[in-house]
Amino acid sequence: MTNNELLEALQERFSSIVLASEILHDALVIEIHPGHALDFITALKNDEVLSFNFLTLIGAVHYPDEAGRELCVVYHLHSWKNAIRLRIKCYLPQENPSIKSLTTIFDGANWMERETYDFFGVNFEGHPNLTRILNMDEMDYHPMLKQYHLEDETREDKDDRFFGR
Amino acid sequence: MGKIEDLEVINGEGYQLTTLDKAVALARSNSVWPLPFATSCCGIEFMATMGSMYDLSRFGMERMSFTPRQSDLLIVAGTISKKLAPVLKKVYEQMAEPKWVLSVGACASSGGIFDTYSVLQGIDRIIPVDVYVPGCPPRPEQIIDGVMNIHKLVKHEPMRRRYSEEYRHLLGNYEIEVTNADDDK
Repeated sequence: MTNNELLEALQERFSSIVLASEILHDALVIEIHPGHALDFITALKNDEVLSFNFLTLIGAVHYPDEAGRELCVVYHLHSWKNAIRLRIKCYLPQENPSIKSLTTIFDGANWMERETYDFFGVNFEGHPNLTRILNMDEMDYHPMLKQYHLEDETREDKDDRFFGR
Repeated sequence: MGKIEDLEVINGEGYQLTTLDKAVALARSNSVWPLPFATSCCGIEFMATMGSMYDLSRFGMERMSFTPRQSDLLIVAGTISKKLAPVLKKVYEQMAEPKWVLSVGACASSGGIFDTYSVLQGIDRIIPVDVYVPGCPPRPEQIIDGVMNIHKLVKHEPMRRRYSEEYRHLLGNYEIEVTNADDDK
């Protein structure tokens, strides 16, 4: 199955759900409304022809300048049967970044969603244990959001002129 | 082997006198049991230091102690993340006095290149350090040099140091209590 065939198949089955599409780095990328994410990915997994049976990755991107759609949750799906991958993007507002959890259909989503929560503060509704997974428990912010500095703020011996701060 | 010539001694016919302090310090410095706390590439260099080529056991450090309660020297080699920091502190607290700390490499000493929110910017923010070894990672020769400096400290440390107010104050800065110093006063 090629990317164009996949796009055709998606538009045939889910024409009202796919908002935008493009081919980036040899893989099809589609945008959907975050409210559709769980139902749509469940349908892709159960579809006999498409059969996206493997969730490769969940991640997020922060676009601080795009009002109302600052946080982008990205799902990477893989269809072993058709040997093709698909990326799905859902844009969320920063005030209330909530999206339904995929843990009901993919067990592997558990830790990936915890990681996305840990670094970006995305709230996955229905996750059984949405707590920090990689950062220390005492941390009180989500460090991958761009308003926070990457560097350790407690360090005094580095001169900004030389260390690119 | 430590040399008895290093000590101030009084030689007589059939006997040799020195102070208990110095004899104990000499014995300690030649039987330092290290606890390697190795997390990354500095740990690999330390493994080379332990191996047959560089052979740390020449200095009475044959036995790597992977339990803090039976070790004298904590060797921290590698990046310590902030999440790992309480573990390292716990390990240090579990070691019995007298104890020394060797910080191996840029990361353990200062955070190194990892100037980032998740990495501890030097282990001396949570535990006192006796000797720092620079390098990224340091070569085994440098680690041995650091160990030699630890030996020098051990050899010249008065037995009463660990009972002193200054030492209590030093550990107090790190919010660590001196636990067993009073037991054998």
